[in-house]
Amino acid sequence: MKCQFCSNPATVHLTDIVNKKKKEVHLCQACAEQKQLVNKQELNLSVILQTLIGQQVGQPSDELARLTCPQCGIKFMEFRADGRLGCPHDYEVFRVGLEPLLLRIHRSTRHIGKVPRHSPVNAQALAELVQLRTQLRDAVEAEAYEEAARLRDLIRQKETTG
Amino acid sequence: MNLESLTHTSGEWLRGTGPESDIVISSRIRLARNLAAFPFTNRATAHHKTEIEAMLRERIAKLELDPKLAYINVPGLSTLDRQLLVERQLISRELAGADGPRGVALGPRETVSLMVNEEDHLRLQVMRSGFALDEAWSDIDKVDDMLEQRVSYAFSDEFGYLTACPTNVGTGMRSSVMLHLPALVLAKQIEKVFRALQKINLAVRGLYGEGSRASGDFYQISNQVTLGKSETTILSEIREVIPQIITYERQARQTLMREGRQSLQDRVSRAYGTLCSATMMTSEETMDLLSSVRLGINLGILEDITIPTVNELFIHTQPAHLQKLMGTSLDGEERNAARARYLRQRLREGGAHPN
Repeated sequence: MKCQFCSNPATVHLTDIVNKKKKEVHLCQACAEQKQLVNKQELNLSVILQTLIGQQVGQPSDELARLTCPQCGIKFMEFRADGRLGCPHDYEVFRVGLEPLLLRIHRSTRHIGKVPRHSPVNAQALAELVQLRTQLRDAVEAEAYEEAARLRDLIRQKETTG
Repeated sequence: MNLESLTHTSGEWLRGTGPESDIVISSRIRLARNLAAFPFTNRATAHHKTEIEAMLRERIAKLELDPKLAYINVPGLSTLDRQLLVERQLISRELAGADGPRGVALGPRETVSLMVNEEDHLRLQVMRSGFALDEAWSDIDKVDDMLEQRVSYAFSDEFGYLTACPTNVGTGMRSSVMLHLPALVLAKQIEKVFRALQKINLAVRGLYGEGSRASGDFYQISNQVTLGKSETTILSEIREVIPQIITYERQARQTLMREGRQSLQDRVSRAYGTLCSATMMTSEETMDLLSSVRLGINLGILEDITIPTVNELFIHTQPAHLQKLMGTSLDGEERNAARARYLRQRLREGGAHPN
């Protein structure tokens, strides 16, 4: 059997079964190492998971591929490549792409469990706070200290009122 | 906190006490938390990270915990000291190797560790010796509540605690139990246990977490799912399965004693003999031999040495600990010689501490 990425013989075989459907990945040692699937002959579970997630979700639609978070600037494709989101607001922005993924990892898309007793910041307020933080950083970098002070007070106020 | 003082002890998780401590080494829970209004660590600018670190450091210092936590600035530590904290499971390899402002707040008994600017802004960890998940949960829940009054966590009603990686979202909780399973390994039954655990969505990892080999026959069993199940449900799922694994391990030990006593005795004696007299010893071999010795003590085959001593040797023979104990940095070959020397010395003293 040949590696899916080059024509060398495949020595790393991964099988994943979801909803009774089997998915297989075959790679040579070099490609597996390059994709960080194996590390010193040890299996890296999180990377395997990410790769299989990519396969499961398939090629994202054009719409999804074009999505960019207005708060932190991360693109959906960047998230898909390394499995890390950019900011809390991404859970809203990438919702369409994330939900099938969450279902796949957790078999659920809805939190059950602990809720901060301190009133949680809602999604919109959260997005606003990220934006204010970015403006604050820009203001500090531009040495616009009066503006920075105003933004800092605004953030404090919003954080305490939730 | 004085890291030198840590070097000479074995830390909470290897204390060798607590319920079922012949098989269950330790119980650990970690919670992933992020601050609302900041990008996650991987997208945070240096400016953000400095701000996050300063804020969390200040809020952590104000926690009304008794005894107080000591805050350690990780970039200020030498590579060796970082490695020491990794070996003691007080910080992750990721935190040790990352860039930028980051730190860890530690309790003096090493049961609590709060990592700042890890993959998530905050990673809370509580560790207990033996099978004590409920106690660990009650501790960590309390610290989390106290922090939550001082900072705004990124949280959504729908997805729960928002984390950089969607594999942690929801409760943000990873609870794990570390087991010593030498008899199941010897009886070649361990794979069967893994398959059964995977079916119920529990993950099995080696001693040092993700991607690490199960050296010394130590295995960490932890929940995979963090979304759609409450903390209580997740904990009870693990709590229910651990006694079954303990029973399997005990049965495997009894079978070995009944059907292969002589070869088991030989294995334990050889392991002990090698540890007492070898002049070069790798970390891997040490772990494997100590595992057999630990099994031998628990089965009453070996009486020259105690469990707390073996536990201490597991940690003291790790590369960073060994170099700290020897007071000098050593390359691979030198380490193997120093490790063998240290083991000979400790075991000839009948396990008494060299101090």
